[in-house]
Amino acid sequence: MAVNSVHWFRKGLRLHDNPALQEALDGADTVRCVYIMDRCFVGSDNFGLNRWRFLLEALEDLDASLRKLNLRLFVVRGQPTDVFPRLIKEWNVTRLTFEYDSEPYGKKRDATILKVAQDLGVETRIKHSQTLYTPARIIELNNNAAPLTFKRFQALVQRLELPKRPLPLVTRQQTDCCQTDDTANHDKCYGVPSLEELGFKTQGLGPAVWRGGESEALERLNSHVDKKGCMANFERPNISASSLMASPSGLSPYLSFGCLSCRTLYYRLRDLYMTARKRCTPPLSLFAQLLWREFFYTAAANNPTFDRMRGNPICVQVPWDDNPGALAKWAEGRTGFPWIDAIITQLREEGWIHHLARHAVACFLTRGNLWTSWESGMKVFEELLLDADWSVNAGSWMWMSCSAFFQQFFHSYCPVGFGRRTDPNGDYVRKYIPKLRGYPNRYIHEPWAAPESVQKAAGCLVGVDYPRPMVNHAQSNRLNVERMKQIYKSLSNYKGLSLLGPVSTIQEEVESAVMTENSRTLGNISGTVPEDRKTAGPSPPRKRSHDRLERTEWGPQAKAHCSASANNQQ
Amino acid sequence: MGCPALVQVETSELFIPTEANAPSQQTGIMKRALCLRVTEEDFGEGSSHGVLPAPEFRKRKRKQKPKEEEEEVGVDWARMPQEILLHIFQYLPLLDRAHASLVSRGWNQVFHMPELWRFFEFELNQPASSYLKATHPDLIKQIIKKHSNHLQYVSFKVDSSTESAEAACDILSQLVNCSLKTLGLISTARPSFMELPKSHFISALTVVFVNSKSLSSLKIDDTPVDDPSLKVLVANNSDTLKLLKMSSCPHVSPAGILCVADQCHGLRELALNYHLLSDELLLSLSSEKHVHLEHLRIDVVSDTPGQHFHSIRKSSWDAMVKHSPKFSLVMYFFLYEDEFGPFFRDEIPVTHLYFGRSVSKDVLGRVGLHCPRLVELVVCANGLRPLDEELIRIARRCTQLSAIGLGECEVSCSAFVEFVQMCGRRLSQLSIMEEVLIPDHRYGLDDIHWEVSKHLGRVWFPDMMPCW
Repeated sequence: MAVNSVHWFRKGLRLHDNPALQEALDGADTVRCVYIMDRCFVGSDNFGLNRWRFLLEALEDLDASLRKLNLRLFVVRGQPTDVFPRLIKEWNVTRLTFEYDSEPYGKKRDATILKVAQDLGVETRIKHSQTLYTPARIIELNNNAAPLTFKRFQALVQRLELPKRPLPLVTRQQTDCCQTDDTANHDKCYGVPSLEELGFKTQGLGPAVWRGGESEALERLNSHVDKKGCMANFERPNISASSLMASPSGLSPYLSFGCLSCRTLYYRLRDLYMTARKRCTPPLSLFAQLLWREFFYTAAANNPTFDRMRGNPICVQVPWDDNPGALAKWAEGRTGFPWIDAIITQLREEGWIHHLARHAVACFLTRGNLWTSWESGMKVFEELLLDADWSVNAGSWMWMSCSAFFQQFFHSYCPVGFGRRTDPNGDYVRKYIPKLRGYPNRYIHEPWAAPESVQKAAGCLVGVDYPRPMVNHAQSNRLNVERMKQIYKSLSNYKGLSLLGPVSTIQEEVESAVMTENSRTLGNISGTVPEDRKTAGPSPPRKRSHDRLERTEWGPQAKAHCSASANNQQ
Repeated sequence: MGCPALVQVETSELFIPTEANAPSQQTGIMKRALCLRVTEEDFGEGSSHGVLPAPEFRKRKRKQKPKEEEEEVGVDWARMPQEILLHIFQYLPLLDRAHASLVSRGWNQVFHMPELWRFFEFELNQPASSYLKATHPDLIKQIIKKHSNHLQYVSFKVDSSTESAEAACDILSQLVNCSLKTLGLISTARPSFMELPKSHFISALTVVFVNSKSLSSLKIDDTPVDDPSLKVLVANNSDTLKLLKMSSCPHVSPAGILCVADQCHGLRELALNYHLLSDELLLSLSSEKHVHLEHLRIDVVSDTPGQHFHSIRKSSWDAMVKHSPKFSLVMYFFLYEDEFGPFFRDEIPVTHLYFGRSVSKDVLGRVGLHCPRLVELVVCANGLRPLDEELIRIARRCTQLSAIGLGECEVSCSAFVEFVQMCGRRLSQLSIMEEVLIPDHRYGLDDIHWEVSKHLGRVWFPDMMPCW
């Protein structure tokens, strides 16, 4: 019987390291590559123009590469549940392959399609290539719970074997024997649509800063590796205004759409390090960015409520304000803080911002100044940010708003001070908010503080040409630190005075991470550590000398509980 | 299987130890656990399907079963002793209690017993401005009607809307026949009490002051409380007041707080803003009649640049330390860099220091010189020059220092290792963002956690943030 394969592209828009696609080719008589496009798109996703543009470019590129192999990409309009039964009959499909998706929404969608395929007698082959490690494996290793601290996650990862080596590109040899001949009307029925067809206005649209597609991704991979190679000691680069700009070696959107395989990147970096350092094993910090992505994928894998506060077991319940007006000012870059507005403008125009810039705007919106729910910020990123994977985006927002994973809540970024540190000459602000161009460096991050004469000379009056700051940032920040402290204190058993106390929800995990680390790592550096430390577990929770104070305060209440029963017995 | 009376006895045994630290949030899980068990025994006829009791629980039950079973056949739930029911009810959330009160007349009576209404937290949120649920208006009405004379430990949590603050005041002004021991007005988002007409707020608050007579704890941060209302507080509650938190209350003057300190000799904890702090206040708090102070929190705040601050004499601080040698002095600084002039010129007995905004190297250098009692230091931001010498000086001179947190600062890895080495294991909290540490010729970022862990005697890592 003939084997007619369909490979279903969703993410993983590439021909290199694509194990599921390889499965489709394996002994097949025909292979068709399908992308199912639903204008409403994947569930919660709410794509903006830049994300659609990137996707369409990636599909174009995929189609072009497939053509070189005498295959085509079939972009099918509709919902997977409607499309598959039709295609399976029409093409007499016997095998369906796709990349495993660990995210709750994806798992649900795939389960439905698996059932459809099985009911129609179609063989299904699913392969894992979205992340370096299988989230399920890490969760299993962590006693069936997702690790909630990055440290813990790293400790678990170190116990695992290395990620699988990436597979090579699909070759002409592999595809020669599985051609299809139904190319007539292909462009009309199955072509990649244009932005106009999807209803976007493209007049005056400049070239994309981030061009979608695997070809671009592989070029960028080379320059990324070259750049890393030049930094001989592999240390983190110093942050300056230029690091905030889109870089030709940036990769995150490509990883997000799967135009680049994370395993390919992993092994390129690893090989580079080992060549430069004479076969030394690279430290985890070399892969920090990739591991953060893995961390959030793992944390979200079994948590369908990961993208909201209420009902989400790992999310601290914070009494955020519901203030649509403030949210709109933030989302449209009209806060009156040049640093914040410049970042949002860059995000809107280009679809990518540096991670420090993400922290700055997220902190400003949530715990820092506006005290607005992280969920609303997450939705804005989902629309605008090219690399906003569901897990990573929600996870980062929870992180940045101190709603999960995080212990250090005492410090939040100042919308003026942080800008001044990172962009001291105001180059970044001037690039994205040209009307502030005439301001001297001294006032570029706080134009409202400039004397009127300076504002006039700069040709931009605050309150007329550029908005006044929407909050007194110093005041709101002070209040919010106090609010956050209130919440964290009520969460933890910890009743001390200090702002540095650990939070009980994650304390246990921190300690168990420490324990693993202790037995594993401290033992390894023999000679530097006294014998008795080698087996030392975590120190017992410290008895705080100051817990007395809060107890005086609410002590009577506790007594009330005790005395209630006593009274009743009298 | 069913032996309800025994079950009750055992649950109470199991949970007695937790009573001692009953504050609401902590026991939530236990409350739930208990709730499940009661429901199971109640509606499941004591069978073991549903939630399984804890192992030790089951074991004991089995052991005692034969004897007890004979006596307990056909127990009437409605006749369960009130004190036991009351005890259980204390662990149930209000909603579950309300449901349980529908079981029988007897249970309903227990539901209304004064013991269950001593502590209450009013949550006042508007659906338009908050994601959180509010205390139901009918429940509020019922409390005021039936239980206001039972209330003793009351707090109000209000969201950022003026309506919520208004609602809190309305409730307060109806608390005429109750005697509160603790009262907390807590703004969970923005300080909405400040938006009320002052007179409205004051008249509501004084209702409590006048009627309560035995207030021991009062949290009124971010409210428009003023001097005359504090006088009313003092006139009625001077013997009992132990705790007063009133940070960011702009209508109180130094004379107003001095009046409190002069009259309320039992005051042990106080939180206020720096502009209320005076030499007279410190001397009053250190007078012979006054109990030892345990905790003084001072917020030093400037919301607009260029403020001038007075200074406090060293002799006043010395008097405080002499009178209350163990008191903790917590200071929160939210100042612009050029406003630090009067601070840390002389020795100051501060124990916890929090710099919420950028602070200069110079000021941190003075901290090292003049804060011998320092226990905890948090620096949120500093300029671009590394804090090396400052930290080392702090390690040398602040011999009590056990917690430090650094945000947007820079320290060279070598200086940091030296700092940790000097402080050693007394550093129990060390919260440093990874970006703070600058690699140098001696230590890179990958070595530093080994070095620091070695000196701390436990595994330590810098705090990291997602780079995605």
